[in-house]
Parts: sequence; C-alpha cells; structure tokens
Amino acid sequence: MKLSREDVQHVAMLARIELTPEEEDLYAEQLGSILEFFDRLKGVDTTRVEPTSHVLEIVNVLREDERRESYPPAEILRNAPDPSASFFRVPKILD
Amino acid sequence: MKLYEETIQGVSEKLLRREVSSVEVTRSVLERIGSLNERLNAFITVTEETALEQAREADRRIARGDVPGPLCGIPLAIKDVLSTRGIRTTCGSRMLADFVPVFDATVIARLRAAGAVFVGKTNMDEFAMGSSTETSFTGPCRNPFDLSRVCGGSSGGSACAVAADLCVAAIGSDTGGSIRQPASYCGVVGLKPTYGRVSRFGLVAYASSLDQVGPITKDVKDCALLLQAIAGYDPQDSTSVDREVPNYAALLDGEVRGIRIGVPREYFVGGLEPDVERCIRKAIGIWEASGAALVEVSLPHTEYAVPVYYLIAPAEASSNLARYDGVKYGYRAKGPFRNLADMVRRTRSEGFGSEVKRRIMLGTYALSSGYYDAYYRKAQQVRTLIRRDFEGAFQSCDVIVAPAAPTTAFRIGEKIGDPLQMYLSDVFTVSANLAGLPGISVPCGTSAEGLPVGVQVLGRIFDEGTVLRVAYALECRDPQARKRPAIG
Repeated sequence: MKLSREDVQHVAMLARIELTPEEEDLYAEQLGSILEFFDRLKGVDTTRVEPTSHVLEIVNVLREDERRESYPPAEILRNAPDPSASFFRVPKILD
Repeated sequence: MKLYEETIQGVSEKLLRREVSSVEVTRSVLERIGSLNERLNAFITVTEETALEQAREADRRIARGDVPGPLCGIPLAIKDVLSTRGIRTTCGSRMLADFVPVFDATVIARLRAAGAVFVGKTNMDEFAMGSSTETSFTGPCRNPFDLSRVCGGSSGGSACAVAADLCVAAIGSDTGGSIRQPASYCGVVGLKPTYGRVSRFGLVAYASSLDQVGPITKDVKDCALLLQAIAGYDPQDSTSVDREVPNYAALLDGEVRGIRIGVPREYFVGGLEPDVERCIRKAIGIWEASGAALVEVSLPHTEYAVPVYYLIAPAEASSNLARYDGVKYGYRAKGPFRNLADMVRRTRSEGFGSEVKRRIMLGTYALSSGYYDAYYRKAQQVRTLIRRDFEGAFQSCDVIVAPAAPTTAFRIGEKIGDPLQMYLSDVFTVSANLAGLPGISVPCGTSAEGLPVGVQVLGRIFDEGTVLRVAYALECRDPQARKRPAIG
C-alpha cells in the first residue's frame, strides 16, 4: 500500500510542514507500509470496549486563583527568535 | 578502581568518610568525558563549570555535616529532554539547538536539592523519537562495547555515559522503552517508573499519556537510590500521583522466595535472537533456583502493542509538537516570509528532522477527519485490551519477565532507512507504557560477540519495590552478568 501524493500533501498541510517532492514520495511509501502493517488492528473485536486515553483516573487539580510571581519578560524574550521591546515579532498575519 | 568507575553508593561512602571530595570525583568523571566523548558522542553539552561549582557546594555541605542524602556530590548525566535552568536544552533537535530554559524540571529541582552534580546533558533521538539515538541533530551516539553499533534509544546518551563511566549515574525518559532498551544494549540498569510516579513537569513532551522519567545506573541499588530522589507527587504535574513513596533501597534483601514470576507465552515464540533467549532463560533459571515460583501467563494482545503504540504516541506528538512555530522560542527559518503561516511551515520543515516529521505526519493522519475512528480510537480501544491482559496476568503472578529487546545492539545505519523495522524492535517495551506499568532492564549476560543482554522485569502499578527486589536478587546471584566495555 502506498498513500497518494494528495493524501501526503493534505496531511502535511494539516501538520504545517512543507515537504519536498522527494520527501512526499518517501513518506507516501513509508507511511503507506506502516499503516498497512497497522491494519491488523482491524481484526480485533473492540465491541463495547472503552478507549483508554490515560491509564490512571485523571481528576482536575485546582488551586486558589492567587497572584503569583511570573518570569521576568526579559528572561523569556532571550529565547525568542525575533523579540521587540516586550513583544514577540512575527510576519504579517493577513495578506 | 578509578573514581569514575564508582557507583552512587561507592562515591557516597567515600565522601562521607572524607576519603575523597566531590570535586575530585567530578574532575575524574569530567576527564573521562574529555577523553572519550568525541568517540562516543554521549553528551550534547558538557557542563564543566556548573559541575565543579555544584561539587564545591556539595563538599561544603559535607564539611558542615549537612548531607541531604546519598546523591550529595554525585556526578550525574541528564538526558537533554529535561529543562535545566540556565543550561541549554536541545532535545536532540535543531529546533531547540539554542534554547536555554528559564526554569528547572521538577526532577532537576529535586536533584539539585539532593546536592547532585550535573556533568552534562546527554545525546538522544530527536524529541525522544527513536530506538537508536541516530536521529539526534548532533549525530549518533555509539555503543561503548562496539563503536559500529547503536547504543539504543532514545536515552542512548545516558545509557552509554553510565556504561562507559562518563558519569556515576544518569537520568533518562521512557515513552515506549527509551530507558529499558538502551540500558539493555549498553549493559546497565534502567527503570521506567509507573506512570504518575515521577513528575513530568519540565520534561519536554513527546507523548504525554506515556512519558515517564527514570534512572539509568550501574547497579540495582543505585537505581533504587536515584528513583527515591525523583519519585513523588508534584502539584505542578496534574498526572503525578499523591501516593507514599516507599524506601526502595530497604526492600533490597536479595530474596525472591515466594515471589511468583510470570513468563508470558507470547514473548518466547520466535523472533528472539538465540543469544538473547539463552541469557533470559538463564536469568529465569536463577530466579527459580532461588525460590521464586514460575508461572506461565498469557498476554494475548502482544502482537498489537507496536501498532497501538505507533498510533497513539505519534498522535499525541503531533499535538504536543504543534508548539514549535518559530514565535516564542526555538528555531526560526530565514525570511523574508509571505506571511505568518509561511514562516511557521518553513520553520517546522527546517527545524525538525526526518523521523520527527514522519511521526507528526503519522499522528496527524491518524487524528484526521475520516481516519480518527479507524486508527486513533481503535488504537485506544486495543490499549484497553492490552491493559486488561496485564491485569489478568497479575492475578496469578507478582512480576512478569520479558526480554528488553529481541536482539542485541544493531549496527549504526542498519535500520534507519526502514522505520517499520525500527518500530518493531520496541515490541517488548511499549506494552508497559501503554499499561502504565513499572519496568526495569537489568544485565543478564552477553552474546557470543560480547554484546550485553538485558532482562526486563515488569510489575504492578506502583510496585517498583518488587520490581527492584527481583532485579536485585538476580544481580546478587549473577554479579558477572554485567560486563564493562573495554573502551578506555
């Protein structure tokens, strides 16, 4: 099984990744054979089986909404690719 | 015995008796790193200055009798997936090549409080996605027993550093076997705790419902000591569990009398390298001769574990890694850009390596409209069946024994071109993550070529104590099982 080039391009678009034509070919091939192997799951009877998203029971952890110290903006901005004053600068959002 | 060869207990005793200082031990380890890291590539970052500063502080604490515990003054290596304040944290990715966190992971904060010394951040598969530490942006980490072979992954650098004495002990993380499999390939001890036992706060997320942080050490006692230091509830991780942490080291009595060891039928049905099977069978024989009862158990959904894992983990990863967009931190592609979306796409395409992109694509596909039920939801349902398999097996046994991997360390380049073959090498480790169980890999011999083999012991949820106890009994009775690499 091989994924179609259109499928690969669609998934890449959803994942916000740009692929070269060579990468598209490679992933079409590789993802296809991986998914083909995974098709063995279809043979498992899962009627009335609840899905597991977490092994432990997860409960909401709440705390009082108190004012707490935050990180100094200058320290945070040191990791930013394009900081400006106390902002993160990005290319224009609308064409 | 050289200082760098020592265990946590060994160094700790010498420090308390004032026979050596932490600075001396740390220097010994740093020199060892200096002479071997170029060949092994176990560390992405060596933190010499930080280490010596921490060592001096540890020596001052010891001098004034203020010793917080056995980790005081011990040189540790930290997988580069844990946030370390002021120390570059790359996750083995170009995306984070220059990222310097402003906060410590809870595990790191606990180790700092325990007086530990950090000698560096270890090499790993990019974003912990891989079984060989070949996908790191700094290149592969090499196996100290044979430099042409992988050290396993994704915590390969940590396992390699422990095996080659480039640290006294190390921290790794395990999402589908990433502590246990490299521990097996490098002939050291590695433990994945129960999901929720150790805080994930500050662990760079790969698959949040599976990730756990754990120790990689030279022996089982050290493993107990290091787990002790990092285990426990953390209000900053809503999935960590508020449950008492037992004194693990005190449980290690060398006995297994009366313990029921489950041997899963599905794990010994072929596909196992003969040398691996021989070593595992030998370990099982030792336990039996020591008074443990062997019980045959069945885990009927074993063959589905790899597909389930490789749908769920990439699905979670595709969501977790959406945060790398070139805005707040990390890599950004070079402009000019048409618009924001163009910047994000190019940044991700250049910043992520090929395996990370493959898993993001796979996960995105499994979550996408039209495929969600067939792949993602189906995988979650079969995950339930895998959990039930273990619940059933633990009705009749206390621990389950398994190989850590079907083979010994493979050659660098051997599987990197065939992702499915690489994924299939995780067949014995992924189930414990899917079911949340604790598991350890402990050395149980070597192949004819002299490559280490690890045996895995899996336990019930939160029963790290029995897991460690069973592993310790084997280590006591077969102390020759752990070989040191000849590198030096």
